[in-house]
Amino acid sequence: MASALINVPRKAKRGDVIEIKALTSHIMETGFRRTAAGDLVPRDIITSFNCRYNGAEVFRADFFPAIAANPFISFFTVAKESGKFEFEWIGDNGFSSTASASIIVE
Amino acid sequence: MSFARAITAAMAALLVAAPSLLAGEIPPDERRSGYTFMGPDTRAMQDDDTSNPGMLFVLDGETLWKQKLGAAGKACADCHGDARESMKGVAAHYPAFDKALGRPVTLDQRINLERTQRQQAAPLAYESHDLLALSAYIANQSRGIAITAGDDPELKPFVEKGRELFMQREGQLNLACANCHNDNFDKHLAGSPITQGQPTGYPEYRLEWQTLGSLERRLRSCMTGVRAQAYDYGSPEMVALELYLMSRAHGMTMETPAVRP
Repeated sequence: MASALINVPRKAKRGDVIEIKALTSHIMETGFRRTAAGDLVPRDIITSFNCRYNGAEVFRADFFPAIAANPFISFFTVAKESGKFEFEWIGDNGFSSTASASIIVE
Repeated sequence: MSFARAITAAMAALLVAAPSLLAGEIPPDERRSGYTFMGPDTRAMQDDDTSNPGMLFVLDGETLWKQKLGAAGKACADCHGDARESMKGVAAHYPAFDKALGRPVTLDQRINLERTQRQQAAPLAYESHDLLALSAYIANQSRGIAITAGDDPELKPFVEKGRELFMQREGQLNLACANCHNDNFDKHLAGSPITQGQPTGYPEYRLEWQTLGSLERRLRSCMTGVRAQAYDYGSPEMVALELYLMSRAHGMTMETPAVRP
């Protein structure tokens, strides 16, 4: 069950700098740990995250094994027009998760 | 002489003021949630439901609540309806006495009893994602509600048993829970603050675990810490300890899912 929690202001004034927060559910298994039997636990992490604002990419991040489980990302952008933020997480083993949130710019 | 007399008088006054209070116990109005021992960053993480990773489990729990399963083909919601109404305040009085079993059961055990008896489905393993998600979803409905666990008179001997275990020294370090959590809270163990051990936010998200965990997991890690043999999940000792801790926090408000370092 992959779920995400998104925090985008519902309303903003044109030109405002707004904070966007995105939290997603993922184990972020590093690939460095071993089981009690000595076998390596295979890596299973999110490798990239991106956010599009009305289709245009405003933020992108590459993830690495040292990032904690259930990664939380916070970043800023400028409120230009009403519309939709789309979030996408891509990871190992074909992991893919999406979420979206809308904003009204006055 | 007068100093000694003053101390004797003070102790006599204390005994008169709080006759039920035993040496080393925390007076009710001085009890503090683990929240008050944390730094501003971790508090902010807990306070905002979109940054609290425990809420991911609550969301999953909501999905599971509505999922039909087992031979009976029933979902939790088919009998209990909207959890926001039916489960309000429920977690605040767990562990609760089960008349059929004649002993207290924890919220996790209650969920599994309902699964096996009513839904005719396989029980969920302790600390499994689904069990934590369901208990977090149910306990989240009690957020802000005062803890009432232990009120049932039939629970009295079990609360007493839990209190004994809390006060009993154990392990190679020969420490009782009370040695740290009653006598030395607000001090530090290595770099970490020692809290009072008030179980107000379980299941809680521990940053150290990088996942949600139950009160029993927390207790087991303390027991391992004092080099004692930890009680098994769901054992009578564990349930008694959980019950005592909840009754010790009587009247404090629930904050599930809490975030702790």
